[in-house]
Amino acid sequence: MSAPTTDAPFLTEPDADAADLASATRQTSVYVYEAPLRIWHWVNAAAILVLCLTGYLIGSPPPTMIIDEATHQFVFGYIRFAHFAAGWVLVVGFLGRIYWAIFGNHHARQLFYLPIFNGRWWKEVWFEIKWYLFLERAPKKYVGHNPLAQLAMFFFITLGVSFMIVTGLALYSEGLGQDSTLYKMFGWVFTMVGGNSHVVHTIHHLGMWWIIIFMIIHIYVAIREDIMSRQSIVSTMISGHRTFKDDRPD
Amino acid sequence: MSQIETFYDVMRRQGITRRSFLKYCSLTASALGLGPAFVPKIAHAMETKPRTPVIWVNGLECTCCSESFIRGSHPLAKDVVLSMISLDYSHTLMAAAGHAAEAALEDTIEKYKGNYILAVEGNPPLNEDGMYCIVGGKPFVEQLRHAAKDAKAVISWGACASYGCVQAAKPNPTQATPVHKVITDKPIIKVPGCPPIAEVMTGVITYMLTFDRLPELDRQGRPAMFYGQRIHDKCYRRPHFDAGQFVEQWDDENARKGYCLYKVGCKGPTTYNACSTVRWNEGTSFPIQSGHGCIGCSEDGFWDQGSFYDRVTDLTQFGVEANADQVGMAAAGVVGGGVALHAAVSALKAAQKKSQDTVSQSEEV
Repeated sequence: MSAPTTDAPFLTEPDADAADLASATRQTSVYVYEAPLRIWHWVNAAAILVLCLTGYLIGSPPPTMIIDEATHQFVFGYIRFAHFAAGWVLVVGFLGRIYWAIFGNHHARQLFYLPIFNGRWWKEVWFEIKWYLFLERAPKKYVGHNPLAQLAMFFFITLGVSFMIVTGLALYSEGLGQDSTLYKMFGWVFTMVGGNSHVVHTIHHLGMWWIIIFMIIHIYVAIREDIMSRQSIVSTMISGHRTFKDDRPD
Repeated sequence: MSQIETFYDVMRRQGITRRSFLKYCSLTASALGLGPAFVPKIAHAMETKPRTPVIWVNGLECTCCSESFIRGSHPLAKDVVLSMISLDYSHTLMAAAGHAAEAALEDTIEKYKGNYILAVEGNPPLNEDGMYCIVGGKPFVEQLRHAAKDAKAVISWGACASYGCVQAAKPNPTQATPVHKVITDKPIIKVPGCPPIAEVMTGVITYMLTFDRLPELDRQGRPAMFYGQRIHDKCYRRPHFDAGQFVEQWDDENARKGYCLYKVGCKGPTTYNACSTVRWNEGTSFPIQSGHGCIGCSEDGFWDQGSFYDRVTDLTQFGVEANADQVGMAAAGVVGGGVALHAAVSALKAAQKKSQDTVSQSEEV
């Protein structure tokens, strides 16, 4: 835990009243998300945005543009290039994220496991569900992800992104050819779906919507929690510090 | 065992000149992706090795594989390879019929035990004990098992034998089953396609004769030399794909100009076959060249992959006709609506709590 903010600067601050000063001296923050993790979050977010946009266009290409002879025009090629480039950023980022789960602080590990044998954790999941169903008056304080968020992150991001990486690299390896190393690594994906690559395209496409649904929920909940919960959310992914709005326990 | 003729003997007997024979060898070498150094090897094998007996059986099928085969671009394919096969057993092509034909089959099995190649066109239906396909008074599946027992290797001709094709499409009432799911103890080469390209078929047989082994197979058991690349990888319309120049409607100007057929459902990007290189009918053309998208006929379950004319095809799993985008958009719409509703209730709740807090604060005062 970092030291509480000193109250010295506030003494001359005309905008701060006594209550503000009392609150400011009490407020504490915990350094939760270290720099590599925060960088990953935003790089990953940007990559996913590019991947969704270009991925959609690869399935449903924009109207034909006749700028020049085909030899000198590379519109669809650039769309696919952006998709592949962002895909590699996502892959390398995800590997880096796994590395940081091992070598970073313990908060960095939350994304990769679910304490499913912990009864208290399940109780907290249930509490969070009730909070979102407006059945609890006040939320609890959490340093890391709340248990429900951890559950969602695990299924949407850890499993979802892994699924997209595996199916995506399999499809990419087809372009490199069957004798490529990547095809040797991921060719089993085609066997698993019965052999037809078209099926892999379809499930990869469905996976995009899985990620888009996550984006909708994630952005909404992050902003809502930032306003309504008792701790910072959005700024935590920028500064790394989780600050709390009150000093009540729990 | 009596001396079996070589391919070359048969060819010469049929009046084929040595010059034509050597031309066939070089054509085959290039079709197999082999260098010129292999031409004499192929010629040598054809001259010296006893020809490989082939038994050709037909299950549930349409005979398009046989039709393709007899249209091999080089006359030798049909004159020689074919006539040799018909000497043994092939419903469509042999002269014998009825009991005589079935006796010929038994003869060949007996005579070349463990040395013949079993070529299967079509597949066995397993429902009702295989009664949906009867050959010589018995279910085809019995003939298939019987003939496969002593075969050196099995060739699955076409999409039927390889994957099931149309008769195995959902709901597959006869339970038509691809060969490799019935015969599990023999090496099997799949030569899919509906039908496969004639040169691919003769190429596979020639390779097996020349090198005395199966060609290199890919992950799915197809000869890698012909099925190692997608139609898309070697398509002459590929530059239009990369440029983003597509046929939007079947009768538009872009169709006339020969732009890419991706948007009208061409399955070239997901289909492994040699059509865009070897082509059809003596190298004349192939579907995309004649203006129609690839339908993916050499891929597993191509009848169950939705429309031939959509890029993003309908998912059959959901019981409704909707593609990945429609399903995804509907799901995202429901979630988005839920989020909006949740946000509205949250705001109301927050306002309510605030007013209550204000009331309780004023009461305290």
